[in-house]
Amino acid sequence: MIGYIIRRVLYAVPILIGVCLFTFVLFYLTTSPQDLARRNLSAKNPTPQQIKDWEHTHGYDQPKWKQFVRTTEGLFLFRFGKSDGVGGQRIITRIKQSWLPSFEIASLSFIASLLVNLTAALVIAYFRGTYFDSAATTLCVIMMSITYLLYIIVGQYTLGRLMRITPVGGYLPGWQSLHFIMLPVVVAVVAGFASDTRLYRTFILDEINQDYVRTARAKGISESRVLFIHVLKNAAVPVITNTVSAIPGLFLGSVLLENFFNIPGLGNYLVDAINNQDFAVVRANVFIGALVTIIGFIMTDVGYALADPRVRLE
Amino acid sequence: MYVLKSLLTISNALPVLVAATFIFALTRMKKQPLWAEAFRRIGRNKLAIVSLVVIAIYALIALTDSFAWQDNKDKPPVSLLMRVFAAAHVQRERTYSAPFAHYTTGEPHPHKLKGWHLLGTDGAGFDVLMQTLRGCHTAMIIGGFTSFLITPLALLFGMSAGYYGKLPDDIIQYIFTVVASVPSILLQIALLLVLGPGVINICIALGLTGWVGLCRLVRGETLKHRDREYVRAAKALGASNTRILTRHILPNLLPVVIISITLGFSGLVLSETILSYLGIGVPAGTGSWGNMIDGARLELARDPVIWWNLTSASMALFILVLALNFFGDALRDAIDPRLRSN
Amino acid sequence: MHSPILKVQNLHTWFETPTGTARAVDGVNFELYQGETLAIVGESGSGKSITALSLMQLVPEPAGYIEKGSIFYKNRDLLDLTWEEMRALRGKDIAMIFQEPMTSLNPVLTVEKQIVEAMQVHGTATGAEARKRAVDMLNKVGIRSPQQVVRQFPHELSGGMRQRVMIAIALSNNPQILLADEPTTALDVTVQAQILDLLASLQKELGMSMLLITHDLGIVARVAQRCCVMYAGQIVEEAPTSELLKNPQHPYTRGLLASLPSRARRGQELYTLEGVVPPPTRWPKGCRFALRCPNRMDICKNVLPGETALSPQRRVSCHLYNSDSAEAAVPLENPS
Repeated sequence: MIGYIIRRVLYAVPILIGVCLFTFVLFYLTTSPQDLARRNLSAKNPTPQQIKDWEHTHGYDQPKWKQFVRTTEGLFLFRFGKSDGVGGQRIITRIKQSWLPSFEIASLSFIASLLVNLTAALVIAYFRGTYFDSAATTLCVIMMSITYLLYIIVGQYTLGRLMRITPVGGYLPGWQSLHFIMLPVVVAVVAGFASDTRLYRTFILDEINQDYVRTARAKGISESRVLFIHVLKNAAVPVITNTVSAIPGLFLGSVLLENFFNIPGLGNYLVDAINNQDFAVVRANVFIGALVTIIGFIMTDVGYALADPRVRLE
Repeated sequence: MYVLKSLLTISNALPVLVAATFIFALTRMKKQPLWAEAFRRIGRNKLAIVSLVVIAIYALIALTDSFAWQDNKDKPPVSLLMRVFAAAHVQRERTYSAPFAHYTTGEPHPHKLKGWHLLGTDGAGFDVLMQTLRGCHTAMIIGGFTSFLITPLALLFGMSAGYYGKLPDDIIQYIFTVVASVPSILLQIALLLVLGPGVINICIALGLTGWVGLCRLVRGETLKHRDREYVRAAKALGASNTRILTRHILPNLLPVVIISITLGFSGLVLSETILSYLGIGVPAGTGSWGNMIDGARLELARDPVIWWNLTSASMALFILVLALNFFGDALRDAIDPRLRSN
Repeated sequence: MHSPILKVQNLHTWFETPTGTARAVDGVNFELYQGETLAIVGESGSGKSITALSLMQLVPEPAGYIEKGSIFYKNRDLLDLTWEEMRALRGKDIAMIFQEPMTSLNPVLTVEKQIVEAMQVHGTATGAEARKRAVDMLNKVGIRSPQQVVRQFPHELSGGMRQRVMIAIALSNNPQILLADEPTTALDVTVQAQILDLLASLQKELGMSMLLITHDLGIVARVAQRCCVMYAGQIVEEAPTSELLKNPQHPYTRGLLASLPSRARRGQELYTLEGVVPPPTRWPKGCRFALRCPNRMDICKNVLPGETALSPQRRVSCHLYNSDSAEAAVPLENPS
């Protein structure tokens, strides 16, 4: 198993290099360093010399392949360098400031979603074949058909403006942050509820029809024990795959939620950077995003092996 | 005479072509036992029929909005849908007005409206019903054209990776792992910045991020079929790889691919709203539910609350996506009972 | 013989299918006595497995249901029990083993957990005692290194080993009745014999009754004292095994026996039963075997034959033996 993990981590290196190359190429298709320099120099009409100087300080005057090698090396060593924007803030400082709100929202909504959806799916599966079951699955399809944006807008309007339970936006550090991230987390959980619950229900029902469930019942085990011990343990395998493969999706959530509720997280930082064409920041953020995703993939495989004794990692 | 001439444009021919291909494919499929059986099962499912009718209505509205012609050389082309509204004397007002209202809303001195608006008017004074109906066109293009881009890409890569294995498989797996490792929203934002705004560019951005899932599915299915007896038998008879792939494996993949595309269609329609929110959606002036919903953020904060814009756009979007989801589920149940959701 | 431990009367188990009601078990009567092995033999689709599942009330829901009938165990009708009362009996008084040892064990739980669980839920043993008993049980079912096997997962065991584990689970609470649903069908022939001998010796040792469901008359001859032949949801003939094999009465039973290869008929062509079992949604109005029967009479097409007792231990459902259907019985052209 450890050997397997090491090999997976090593395989992550070419993937990350690919991601860097991808961002690099994409960036040069969008814009040129001269544009960047003009945009970021404080002078209204910068002289060619100023532009050259700017390019030099940010390393855009080197040959493209050298730039690529230098920046990629920096990313792998977590030396993100300075922002291309006005002021040239150190990227790592900003990341240190803004990872926590993102992490809070993403992890809380991830855990809350998993618990809520799995419980709901088990309850629905318990009542399989009844009117409750068909009503619940239909409700899931209905909820799946509503856009994420509407959940955000309506969530903010009802909880924030009408009922005044939560602030409509903003963020304060420390324990107060819980107050501010409550609304985004609730929105994320509600918005993601339907599709996952429906999927988990299918996973559970697939297991319920297996032979070993009949054996368990023949032992005289109660229906709830059959469901919560025997079926749940087996259904855990596809559930793990599904939840972890949803990790990249958390970025979508964080980008939208942070932007909408004005929370100074990584998602917000990134959208700002893209709008300002701040390549250094985009590069760093995409790299971190890919890194988190790849770690998620590796964790899936490990979780898979832990949940299912038939799986041997080799 | 000029009217007729201006009808003959590529943008008018395209929807006809798409519809014709679709109908042709359906008639061909009807002759195959698997699909004939699937159609029969769908025919028995009332919910599926209702959903199909709803989807067809949306498609029809989209079609009326895609036929456009000029009245004379100097005027821009006007679509059939707009002409219908013009014929019904629906005029542009000054600003917001509530459904059925007689006066505008939000002005210190409300003006009397020129006409009557079933769903009210928006900030620029346009009839909300018309704007909502125009959104069908955009939604259908985004769902349809993106699927059209994704499918060949995913089939080509997925089938060659699954069938040939070894180096092609490694390369293709590498490519889609790289793409899958970048959170798709970042990729979409970046691509749209490169390509600039526009409906077709949105399709390209969604397509480039969306092919990975289908590709992985196709690869897995191909892998499964590659070792089946009928493929070995075909090989033993000396069939070429291309022939095996196109004549033997592809028909077996189609059910899974079609189910996946149908269920993915609704997701594509939904992502338009998210891109609109991020300000990289459909340009203003094109009908877009995303822009209408996005605009509601500010409208809800006004006093009195402007709710009709949000309501109409999200209902229109909701009904389409719901119909697509129901139909997709019915299709899956009909084609492959093993994949049944219930 | 003493009074029966299990008495099944007029059992009907039906399924709602898209093509109509499938009457899989349609009026089954039999008795199981203390300490005996009763076999129910039949082709696939005859309803024998559903009969066994009905006794446990584990018919796949919601499509399947017990329409009517009664199952008496210790003077109580099991069909009158609540779900909880029935659950308390399952695995304790009546245990069951299944055809597919490959899929009938939970793949993510160790063997130990699965055996211990059976004892825990009924409170017969807990904790360390239950774990010790699990090892003992594995020993008893002939597993050589039980200490090691308890820690293993089902996928690490062979088919025969898994079936032994299944038996260990079923017998862990010393049940009164063991229902064995095709316990050896999925196994290799050599393993089949081992498992059958094991079941027979354990049955004797524990003094339990066994209901053996099988399609294999060879197995019946080997372990069962009595035998019921099932066809199209009904029992058509019941007899002590030796008598049934020597002197079958129902045309279906005769056909079944004649279609077995035998040393006595070496060199001759095997007899084949023409046709197939009719679909359970459309049983014929008269005798269900009529269409395939070489002794078909006019009455067979329209009237379902009742049971005729040939001796205290033998009964058969066929118009040939029914004195009311007075027409002369055409003797079976003996296929042997």
